[in-house]
Formats: sequence, C-alpha cells, structure tokens
Amino acid sequence: MPAVSKGDGMRGLAVFISDIRNCKSKEAEIKRINKELANIRSKFKGDKALDGYSKKKYVCKLLFIFLLGHDIDFGHMEAVNLLSSNKYTEKQIGYLFISVLVNSNSELIRLINNAIKNDLASRNPTFMCLALHCIANVGSREMGEAFAADIPRILVAGDSMDSVKQSAALCLLRLYKASPDLVPMGEWTARVVHLLNDQHMGVVTAAVSLITCLCKKNPDDFKTCVSLAVSRLSRIVSSASTDLQDYTYYFVPAPWLSVKLLRLLQCYPPPEDAAVKGRLVECLETVLNKAQEPPKSKKVQHSNAKNAILFETISLIIHYDSEPNLLVRACNQLGQFLQHRETNLRYLALESMCTLASSEFSHEAVKTHIDTVINALKTERDVSVRQRAADLLYAMCDRSNAKQIVSEMLRYLETADYAIREEIVLKVAILAEKYAVDYSWYVDTILNLIRIAGDYVSEEVWYRVLQIVTNRDDVQGYAAKTVFEALQAPACHENMVKVGGYILGEFGNLIAGDPRSSPPVQFSLLHSKFHLCSVATRALLLSTYIKFINLFPETKATIQGVLRAGSQLRNADVELQQRAVEYLTLSSVASTDVLATVLEEMPPFPERESSILAKLKRKKGPGAGSALDDSRRDPSSHDINGGVEPTPSTVSTPSPSADLLGLRAAPPPAAPPAPSGAGNLLVDVFSDSPAAQPGLGPSPEEAFLSAGPEDIGPPIPEADELLNKFVCRNNGVLFENQLLQIGVKSEFRQNLGRMYLFYGNKTSVQFQNFSPTVVHPGDLQTHILSAWPSPAPPGSTPMIPVPRPVTWPLRALHSLR
Amino acid sequence: MIKFFLMVNKQGQTRLSKYYEHVEINKRTLLETEVIKSCLSRSNEQCSFIEYKDFKLIYRQYAALFIVVGVNDTENEMAIYEFIHNFVEVLDDYFSRVSELDVSFFSAVSQVFHTSWQRTG
Repeated sequence: MPAVSKGDGMRGLAVFISDIRNCKSKEAEIKRINKELANIRSKFKGDKALDGYSKKKYVCKLLFIFLLGHDIDFGHMEAVNLLSSNKYTEKQIGYLFISVLVNSNSELIRLINNAIKNDLASRNPTFMCLALHCIANVGSREMGEAFAADIPRILVAGDSMDSVKQSAALCLLRLYKASPDLVPMGEWTARVVHLLNDQHMGVVTAAVSLITCLCKKNPDDFKTCVSLAVSRLSRIVSSASTDLQDYTYYFVPAPWLSVKLLRLLQCYPPPEDAAVKGRLVECLETVLNKAQEPPKSKKVQHSNAKNAILFETISLIIHYDSEPNLLVRACNQLGQFLQHRETNLRYLALESMCTLASSEFSHEAVKTHIDTVINALKTERDVSVRQRAADLLYAMCDRSNAKQIVSEMLRYLETADYAIREEIVLKVAILAEKYAVDYSWYVDTILNLIRIAGDYVSEEVWYRVLQIVTNRDDVQGYAAKTVFEALQAPACHENMVKVGGYILGEFGNLIAGDPRSSPPVQFSLLHSKFHLCSVATRALLLSTYIKFINLFPETKATIQGVLRAGSQLRNADVELQQRAVEYLTLSSVASTDVLATVLEEMPPFPERESSILAKLKRKKGPGAGSALDDSRRDPSSHDINGGVEPTPSTVSTPSPSADLLGLRAAPPPAAPPAPSGAGNLLVDVFSDSPAAQPGLGPSPEEAFLSAGPEDIGPPIPEADELLNKFVCRNNGVLFENQLLQIGVKSEFRQNLGRMYLFYGNKTSVQFQNFSPTVVHPGDLQTHILSAWPSPAPPGSTPMIPVPRPVTWPLRALHSLR
Repeated sequence: MIKFFLMVNKQGQTRLSKYYEHVEINKRTLLETEVIKSCLSRSNEQCSFIEYKDFKLIYRQYAALFIVVGVNDTENEMAIYEFIHNFVEVLDDYFSRVSELDVSFFSAVSQVFHTSWQRTG
C-alpha cells in the first residue's frame, strides 16, 4: 500500500488491510474484523493510557472497518481525544473519524465543538483549516449555531492565511446552504466582496462560490461585486499564458474561475455603469474572438476548457439579452458547433440555441439553421442529442416554418423513445394549434398524432381538438369526413374511436349525403369498434348512438335494438347500464321535438387558456413555457400569465348525474369534455345529515358553478384539481400563481364550520385595491371581518378570517375581482 | 450545483462516492446501479451528458472506471467535464500512475478530492 506507508507510517494498519484483502471468503473477512474489533476494544478499555500513535492507529482501523460496511459503536471518545493532540497526523485522523461517523450524542458534540473552537482560535493555519473542513463536512445545525458567527470574522480578518480564507469561505457556504437563518448578513459582506480582488486565485474562486450563493437571497448586499467581477474576468481573459502559472490548464488561463465569474454575473442584470459595461462587452467579445483563432494546443483538454468558457459566455449574453451584435455572433458560433465532429459540442450547441431562440434579437438568426437541426433530428445516433434537436425545433417554430417543423416532428415521433413521446405529442399539439392558419391542417395533424402515438395522446389533446372543431363551423364537415376515413382503418386506436365517435355524433349529418358514409354505414362502423373499447369509450359511443337516433331517424330501430340488448341493459358497469336504460327510454318516450332539443348540437366552447400548455408546463417545469411565452412576438396570444380568465358563466343547476357525495360530477362525454367546463363542478347535495364528517364535508371549498350575481367568472381551469384535495383535508393552498397565493384553513364542529382564507402577496410590490369577494346564495350568512390591512405588503400573508355558520345544503362560489 | 460524485467500475462496484445532498443509504445503491447502467449502455460516439430524472449526469471513462458527476441544470457541463479530467490528473500525480486499486484502498483520496475541489471550486 504505497500511500499508507508513505504518509502515516501506520504499519499495523497496512498489515490489517492486507489481511483483509487476502481473506478468501466473506466469513473469513468477518472473523478477521471481529478479532480486530475485540483487540481494539480491549486496548481502549485497558488501564494503560494509549500513546498518540497507537490511538491514531486504532481509530484509523476503526474508520477503515466502518468504510467496509460494518457498524462501529465505540471509539468516538478516543477520536475526540485525538482532536486535542498537537500533532497534525493525530488531529487529522481524529477529525476524519468525526466527519465520517457523526454521532448525535450531545456530550460528545459539546466536546467536539470545544476542540474545534480551540483550533479555530489557535493561530496555526493548518489546525484552523482542519477545523474548518470538519465543520464544512459535518455541517450540522448544532455546529452551525456554534460557529456561524465566528467564521465570517475569520474570513475577512486581515491576518488570515490564504488557505484559511479559502476554507473559511467554503465552510460558510456550506453552513449557509444548510441553515441560511444562522448566517446573518453583516458588515462582513462588503469585505467578502473585496476578496474578489485578492492575489491568490484560490481565495478568489472560493469567494466567488460564496458570493454566488449568497447573492441569490440578498442581491442588494452584494451589488458591488459586479464591477469587481468584471475587472477580474477581463484580467484573466486577456492575460498572457505565462501570467497565471499555477492556474493555467492546458494553455487556458483559470478556466473554472472564469466560468464561475461568468455565472456570478448571471445573477445580476447588465451593469448600468458605462465603463463597467464597456469593459464587460469587450471581455465577452475577446472570448468570442478567441474561439475563432486556431487552438494553441492539439489536446482535447485545451479545446474543452476553452469551450467551457465560451458556452458560459454565451449563457451570459443570452441572459442579458441586450446586445444584438453579441447575440448574433453567439448564434453564429453555435451554428458552427452544430456540425462539429464532437458529439458533446453538438449537444451543448443545441441546448444553448434553445434558449437563444426565445430572444427577439436572435430569433431570425436561429431560424436560418433549421435545416441543420432537422438533419440532426434524423441522423443523430445519440438520443439525448436528438431530444435537444426536437426541443430546439419547438423553440424556433413560428408561423413561417410551422408546417415544416410539425411534419418533421411527426416523422420523429414515429421512431422516438417511449419515454419522451408524451412530451413530443403535447408539443406538436400546441404548435399545430398555435400556428394553424388552415384548421383542416390542424385536424389532420391531430388525427395523425393519434394514429402514430395514440397511447401517449393525453386527454387534453383530444379535448382540445373537439373544442376547436365545435367552435369552427368551416372545419366541421372536413373533420367528419377525415374521421370517418380514419375509422375505416382496420386497427385504429381507442382515442381515435373517441374522437370519431364524438365528431360523428355531432356532425355526422354533414357527410350523411354521401352513400359511402350514410347513416347506417356510420353506425355500423362505430359499432364494429364498440366491443373492443374500454368502458369510457363505450359510454361515449352510447351517447353518440342516441344522437344518431335524433339525427337519423331511420337508424332508430337498429340502435334501439342495440340499447335493448341484455349486454347493455344489464351491463356490470353502472354508467353504461344507466346510459343504456335512459337513452332507450328517452328515444321511446320523447317526441321528436323534445329529442331534438335535448340532443341539440353543442354550443361553441368559450375561449380559454389551452390546458395542453398547462400540462406541458407541469411536465417540464417553468422552462417549458418559454418558447411560447412570446408576448413580445405574438400579441394575439392568450394571456397565459394571468389568473382567472374572464369568461361567461354557465350552468346553474346541478346536472342530473351529480352523485350524492358531492364529489365532482362525472360529466357525460356528450357534455363539454373540457375539464373545467360548465356542469362539472357541481356539488353536493347533502340534503340530510348535518353531522358532516370534517374530512368529507367541506363544501365551501368545493367551488362550483352556480349562476352568481353579475360578472363572476367561472373557476379557472385548474380549479378541479385544486379543490379535490380539500375532500380529505381541511387546510392547504387553494390557489397559487405568480401574484397571489390563497390558502385555506377550516375547522368543523357538528353543524358549524369555520373557514379562513389567507391571501399572500407574492410580488415585490404592494397590492392596491385588493378586495376579495365571496359569493354565495342568499341563504348563507357570511361575515368578512374588516381586519384587512390595506394595501397588502409584499411577500406577506395577512389573515382574513371568514367565519360562517354552515348549514346544509351549502354552496358557495369564490372568485377574485 | 453538484449533487454527487461517484467513481464506479464496470462491474458496478462503487470505489468512491460523495453526496452533497442528503440521499438515504438504501437509495444510494439503487442510484449508483442505475447510473452505471445508463453509462455502460452508451457507445463512444454518444455524448457524455445524460439526463437522468431531474439531474444531468456527466461521465467520463478511464479504463474500467467510470467517473460520474450528477449536477443540476445550473452547472456548466463542459467545465465539470474538464474538472473530472483535472481530478484524475491530480490523482495521477499523487500516486504516480494511478490505478483503480489505489482509489479503492486509499482513504485520503477523498482528501485529495476535497482539496482539488476547492482549487477549482
């Protein structure tokens, strides 16, 4: 073991390790270990006090045994004793043991903290560093409480050695990440910023890491770092290769430090001071220029380091988004990388270009590379690179290239990885809808989507196509015809049957004239798929059949025959049985006028935010919406960032199928299938028992739709999910967007309930004229306590208790104005 | 931010692991096996960055040893990629021609790691 005998000279340890290595079997190893453990135990308990060397040796052996995977339950005291020794090697082993085997015994922690305190106070830099490393590695709250005040002092003290400053900076960073509240900002913050000017590069690196983390929460305290960072960066970038001897990596000066400085600059907006800004721009241009020069070394490490700085520079340029020529240059540089030999560079170029595509200055420049990207999509062997190419196509899509991009993405979908198909389906659906000039193209695209990747077409996608077809008269006939043809395929996906069933039910009359798609043909086509479908689809098809009875009276007998069949009337599934029975009776009892009224064509849907976009955002997190967050580019896009969309309100009576438990009524698919459409959120009809169990009952929170007074908008699209969680819980967050958070707390006792609504202001400005309104039918009494501090201070959550006696049945609607 | 740093050999044995975010012990082995599986299944032509759950994995192969770093998306991938190489060069210097055995049996590898980590941040 070269290293062990070199450094510590613990021969006993070396022997022990080679014994273990030579063990032929697991049992032999365990036997050897137990023997050693017994030996060590006896030595520690023995009368003779052990000398430092032996203690160190045994503690080290214990550590090794622990690393092999066995539990150690003794030896901590000896390790703590080692801490107080004066010899470096002994202290080091002591600290190592403690960092690895953290013990929650409070006595020991006190002793450890004492030892660390002594070491920190000693003037010996090596000991101070050891102590700081230990604090950083353990980073527990107790240590934080003990030392968080001392470390900033050490950091900025004039007489601290460089290595100590480095360790102190990183230690502080660790404590801050673990318990930010223990590290108070103070006058040391200004001195920390000045560390950026230090001679020693290591100190600068550590300081940059610390400042980057701290300035995320306290940007104002560290504002002065921007100019210092810029000057440091320009000194590094323009330095000759002999300047920074130790910190030059394959002819690249301080690459990691440059990357960190660039990342620090991304925490702040572009500097306002003209001199600083000029220097920074010059610096960025130098980096971009260097990328074009021939490389100083053939080694791949040189170009990798250079490119690391280049990519970070491009990120900074994109973040600033204010220098058009830099943006265009960045785009061109990335364009060159798109066809580079190395896969890594192609991957990174595609990724950076994705962010570049959303900037208005460079959007056009990015579009010029569309052919390269499409080629990458088709020919790349690496799936991550292909995925990046698909993302980039999505980001660079606009009206001019939408058709091309959508068709390329559809082609890609056919061979795409299963894990990413759902995302691609959502993206294609969004693009198709957004850039559709001709809605028949849109219908074709969605039907293609269903054909190619039917399993991954989520409900939102085909709900959306139905909404659009219903709203646009011109495309209804085309949709009916296309769907009819698609259904004739021998194996067609269930989603296709759903879409087809619905559309033929609504608009089948538009193609009934053609003998190839006459009503009996339509019916038999649908019915041929009937038995292959799941329950939900069959329910939809039953509704379609009753609509057929209305549209095509000649099919009445056939359809009634189907409905009357035992498999429907006595179907095991309650929904199907109910529908079959009701539809059969409806068709026999109702006169044609009544039937026509009941089964009238669906009215157009109100315009609302696409739930597909919401779903994509949920899948990918906040980054996904960026491509379409183009309020700059496309003024006609919906207000995606708003809260409630004002739309006309809707149904006022509970639908007949609202179930008694007051959970969300399952909407019959013939009704608007949109998730937050009208009659969905209907409520409870707790007509009897007032002893509502607190968990089930809280109907005030079940927002629903009732015809409220004047302009009350219907619930927002996500209302369903937000409310469902209150079925089993009394407290929680009801709604949250960028501006506002609404929380609910409720308590119930017998027939009385009390609900508190909390409004939190998430912005950094005060709310003016904020008035929440609770709307309810007249038989309820509501008191809104006027303890409303106005205006709402930023970031606060004032309480507005809204106590109300709850009497059943109970409905309330809450909305914001 | 770096989430974890692993050195795993081709058979799936972990030689060095350092987690910068708390991950439970039993979850660690699972994480390590999955990570090594995704790295092993890649060929030379593919890029060194893999997306895994909500991390990005940056890996480099040295003989039979894979060095894998898991980062979140605020990190510069190229810089980490070169950092891995720098680390290996330091080990090489320290052990004079480092091999997998040195890594498995020398506990101060972690100390070297911490120091080089400090230097490059």
